[in-house]
Amino acid sequence: MSRTTLDLWVGFFVAVGLGALLFLALKVGNMASSSSGDTYAIKAKFDNIGGLKVRGAVKSAGVVVGRVGEIRFDPEAYLAVVTINVDTRYKFPRDTFATINTSGLLGEQYIGFEVGGDTEMLKAGDTIKKTQSAVVLEKLIGQFMFNKAAEDGGKK
Amino acid sequence: MDNGLSGALRGLGRRVTSRIWRLGYASRFFLAIMLNSATALRRVHLTMREIYFTGVLSLIIILVSGLFVGMVLGLQGYDTLQRYGSTEALGVLVSLSLVRELGPVVAALLFASRAGSAITAEIGMMKATEQLSAMEMMAVDPIARVVAPRFWGGVISMPLLAALFSAMGIFGGYLVGVQLIGVDEGSFWSQMQASVDFREDILNGVIKSFVFGIIVSWVAVFEGYDAEPTAEGVSGATTRTVVTSSLAILAADFILTAFMFTGT
Repeated sequence: MSRTTLDLWVGFFVAVGLGALLFLALKVGNMASSSSGDTYAIKAKFDNIGGLKVRGAVKSAGVVVGRVGEIRFDPEAYLAVVTINVDTRYKFPRDTFATINTSGLLGEQYIGFEVGGDTEMLKAGDTIKKTQSAVVLEKLIGQFMFNKAAEDGGKK
Repeated sequence: MDNGLSGALRGLGRRVTSRIWRLGYASRFFLAIMLNSATALRRVHLTMREIYFTGVLSLIIILVSGLFVGMVLGLQGYDTLQRYGSTEALGVLVSLSLVRELGPVVAALLFASRAGSAITAEIGMMKATEQLSAMEMMAVDPIARVVAPRFWGGVISMPLLAALFSAMGIFGGYLVGVQLIGVDEGSFWSQMQASVDFREDILNGVIKSFVFGIIVSWVAVFEGYDAEPTAEGVSGATTRTVVTSSLAILAADFILTAFMFTGT
């Protein structure tokens, strides 16, 4: 085999291999959608974040508008401090309400923004005032059973 | 009785010492390859030739096995997922298992038996026919001329082959899941894109295959260079290449997975 045909085959091999990597990155992975554009960071404090994870989605009206950047524990207030990286294309009023929701019955947890009516917008470094914690299923069931038992006891 | 026991002990000790001796020799050999890599990379056509022999000629086996592994994953995954009524997650299952584990590991195992054994046999035969000594006589360093290009050819080919394996496997899963069984095409791709992360999953898979490439190529060139210069010695070295590199791949996979995919 002469050197030129060999070069052709090696070039073909490298091109196909890099093409497969590109396919994995763009078609299979989320490189195209997630890392587009800049973000600004805002903070939110929650009593309980449940199963929220770093890089979890932040949605408003069901559309992904940002990602969870960092989760910290505040040892003085005993609260969870979540840093949220919001896409710079989107601005939210200062009285936006952050809740932790679950997608589906057993799905992943995400932060949902319910937009308020303030004319001033959130800036980088601001803290969201109004938050609602994750619903812990065990607590909910426990509460329900407790109420049920109290009701039954009252009847007797 | 006493003689037999001490003989057995002595044999055991000799076997352990010889393993450790070989490990030390292999490490020194690795260092020698690194030191001689500059000359090997400067003469690109030598490395190109090895990429052709290890990479291009392994394409068929990698592509065909990738396709079948992906198709089997599609069938088995569908069978399990439909019990929980979540067949839309088939794309996630196929792509994550391929990109994270099966792609790098199975491609590396195939690579070890297809290309690693060939490298060992080639270098071993060169040694048996005294070509390596002849090179030394002509003041040509056989490590720079013969070993380093083969090593780098393998290291460069391995990640590309693993990426091709994964891509082909996902295509196979798509063929079986979407075209044959009829899983919804939109949710197949969109759920896959939502849960496969470029850095966490794909890049870690590439790092894995790169490490496996180093392991397989290192074992292959070392076994060939260290082979006894007889027909028997070469055949034994070829067998050892496949066994040692397969075990090393699986052990390294466990360690790398423990580092990469634990915690949040």
